[in-house]
Amino acid sequence: MNELPQQLVNGLLLGSMYGLVAIGYTMVYGIVQLINFAHGEIFMTGAFGALTVWLWLPGGTSMWLALPLMIVGAIIVAVAIAVGAERFAYRPLRTAPRLAPLITAIGLSLALQQAVWAWYPEAKSARTFPQIPGGPFEIGNVTIQTGDIFLVLAAPISMAILAYFVMKTRTGRGMQATAQDPDTAKLMGVNTDRIIVIAFALGAAFAAVGAVAYGLKYGEINFRMGFILGLKAFTAAVLGGIGNIYGAMIGGVVLGVAETLATAYIADIPGMDKFGSQSWADVWAFVLLILVLLFRPQGLLGERVADRA
Amino acid sequence: MTALLEVEDLRVAYGKIEAVKGISFKVEAGQVVTLIGTNGAGKTTTLRTLSGLLKPVGGQIRFNGKSLKKIPPHQVVSLGLAHSPEGRHIFPRMSIEDNLRLGAFLRNDKPGIEKDIQRAYDLFPILGERRKQAAGTLSGGEQQMLAMGRALMSQPKLLMLDEPSMGLSPIMMQKIMATIAELKSTGMTILLIEQNAQAALSLADQGHVMEVGNIVLSGTGQDLLHDESVRKAYLGED
Repeated sequence: MNELPQQLVNGLLLGSMYGLVAIGYTMVYGIVQLINFAHGEIFMTGAFGALTVWLWLPGGTSMWLALPLMIVGAIIVAVAIAVGAERFAYRPLRTAPRLAPLITAIGLSLALQQAVWAWYPEAKSARTFPQIPGGPFEIGNVTIQTGDIFLVLAAPISMAILAYFVMKTRTGRGMQATAQDPDTAKLMGVNTDRIIVIAFALGAAFAAVGAVAYGLKYGEINFRMGFILGLKAFTAAVLGGIGNIYGAMIGGVVLGVAETLATAYIADIPGMDKFGSQSWADVWAFVLLILVLLFRPQGLLGERVADRA
Repeated sequence: MTALLEVEDLRVAYGKIEAVKGISFKVEAGQVVTLIGTNGAGKTTTLRTLSGLLKPVGGQIRFNGKSLKKIPPHQVVSLGLAHSPEGRHIFPRMSIEDNLRLGAFLRNDKPGIEKDIQRAYDLFPILGERRKQAAGTLSGGEQQMLAMGRALMSQPKLLMLDEPSMGLSPIMMQKIMATIAELKSTGMTILLIEQNAQAALSLADQGHVMEVGNIVLSGTGQDLLHDESVRKAYLGED
């Protein structure tokens, strides 16, 4: 069992990547009650945005110089697509029955996948993502892979920026107000249309940071990467309590740790030796989702304060 | 002199059903004007149209000489029209203080905002004692105080109050009405919707009785208070 600290760290890192993507689901849901199923694909386009910047840079550019530019590229692409989707696909359906924007989201998700498959050079199979040079880092008897160093820094910084924005800025307070009562928010002078755009844009920006983390972690990206990861991040959002931004991060971490521990230890349980391999990881993640939906549907940080008097 | 608010032949519809069928009234600066009438008379619809949440199908709204017809709701408050909605609609998961700050959402004068928060606490001391508490945990009466305090945070020229005494205990209702009287004495212009016609008319300079989308009777508060038909229909006398 002395590899347990290592497994926990692995789970924490994987989970914070889920959490970065989950923020987008939860923010958009919190404000317009829409499950943006295209968010996984927005994450995917962010990864290709980062790769594009890398390919533009002259060969041999230092990764430490390239990485910030790649993050900016990822954010620009993901935010542009998310804001465009809000404006042209979701906004016209804002007063339509719930099912209409949901189906639109699924359609948009397929369209984005196919667009990258068809038009991005050589994207019909996986494309190699540049790597941070240098060996893995040892802290005590825990090893952090080079590709994961980015997450160690990016996840807490992103979370701090988000918390500051939502709690301390005027726009952030307007966002909270819009989530709780959109009509009354308008009476206070909050431009709720603008707040909705900002929610989509912020969610996409964090997903883009997650996408860079994904590329560095796995070394390659492909047009389908947003599907399973999007589902996992959605699970994380539900797990934490959808609509709650801290819940998204906590849900992500819980999911990542649970998935990692299940993969590492379930085979040790007598009679379960068949179910411990990496290919079962997704199964355990979604089993966790089903359990949460059965026993705590409001999620770990679900709201308990009375909503309306 | 033109009135602060002029409503002319205002018509509002939900789909094909007209809820407000061409009403006209004025609110002069410094006045308290009340709209009374039964549920479904169109009073709340009128206020929601004045603040831009509903679009009229006809008529004119002029506030401070400016037409409000093309102004989106989030800009109405910056013109000086504050709306404390029916059912209070405080932001339940935010603290009392953050609710008040949202009332000042478009203001940039930080010291002025702090001063007005203090003034809201002076007006309603219970809010000051619980400033960090989530607003959803307050009682109905305290939520009403918060809703009024929040509306005042925009430094309005006209304060619109929709059913401030709804669902309150008699003691709390008196307290709220006393506060409205206090605001009146400071010169605040108020457009008041009330089911408690007695209390509303005693306070009001002008009153209008609404029935199924029309104003059927207008007069000073005192006139209406002594009007035979009003006494029968709204003051529970026979």
